[in-house]
Amino acid sequence: MSEVRAQKPPPGKWWTPPFDPRFPNQNQTRNCYQNFLDYHRCQKTMKRRGKSAQPCEYYFRVYHSLCPISWVQRWNDQIKEGTFAGKI
Amino acid sequence: MAHPAQLGFQDAASPIMEELMYFHDHTLMIVFLISSLVLYIISLMLTTELTHTSTMDAQEVETVWTILPAVILILIALPSLRILYMMDEITTPTLTLKTMGHQWYWSYEYTDYENLCFDSYMTPPLELDPGELRLLEVDNRVVLPTEMSIRMLISSEDVLHSWTVPSLGVKTDAIPGRLNQATLMTSRPGIYYGQCSEICGANHSFMPIVLELVPLKHFEEWLLSTLE
Repeated sequence: MSEVRAQKPPPGKWWTPPFDPRFPNQNQTRNCYQNFLDYHRCQKTMKRRGKSAQPCEYYFRVYHSLCPISWVQRWNDQIKEGTFAGKI
Repeated sequence: MAHPAQLGFQDAASPIMEELMYFHDHTLMIVFLISSLVLYIISLMLTTELTHTSTMDAQEVETVWTILPAVILILIALPSLRILYMMDEITTPTLTLKTMGHQWYWSYEYTDYENLCFDSYMTPPLELDPGELRLLEVDNRVVLPTEMSIRMLISSEDVLHSWTVPSLGVKTDAIPGRLNQATLMTSRPGIYYGQCSEICGANHSFMPIVLELVPLKHFEEWLLSTLE
């Protein structure tokens, strides 16, 4: 997937997704889902244009931090099978 | 943790819980004052020989007992709203922890860097060591750093649960398909207990939550040693 996340936390430097004003309230479901979609859309578009997918890593880090692992696995399986409901 | 026959709140371990305790003390004092006043007046009414059979109106006292309750309600509402907005303050968290409720255990995911996931089952009473707390201890505690704003994301894999830690003033429902956010900020290290707070089946009373709050350095050591 990505090499960015295979780093051990550097002492004193902690990063976690910042506050997103698009999702200011308690329900963060859409925050997780939107970043998942944005990552895949970014990857698809960058590939199509023949550019590096490096900028997409931000979306990956955000959804990886926010989304429960079981949700991500389920969505990835659906993408593989072609049954994912979101527009990528 | 709660003590046997405890009536009040557990000791506060976060600034929000401290504020909630002050507010509770303030409001409860008002309630006690009003109740004692009413009880005193009832006792006076029931133990007097004096009568006044020709009362027509009582404009002055009626004005007082309309204005005074309104003032008292404002005195309760203002601190209440202050804390309500304080609880919703937007802070930049330094760590994200996800917890998923299952029947009948919690699982925790630390995924900011590597994938650290583990399940947290209650220790059966027969397997407790001496001194451990019945129905509150777990096999894997949630280790977190103190004095850091932690984003908690709570959801469920099956039915409704509720993730609670009374000392931190946190109670958030775990709803399947929904990701609820809560903010944790602990003032001091320690071990804090909580229990599932939404009925979820046979073992609803047997899926506790145990937070082990340690200084950041120890948290980093724990994280690195657990990842290996």
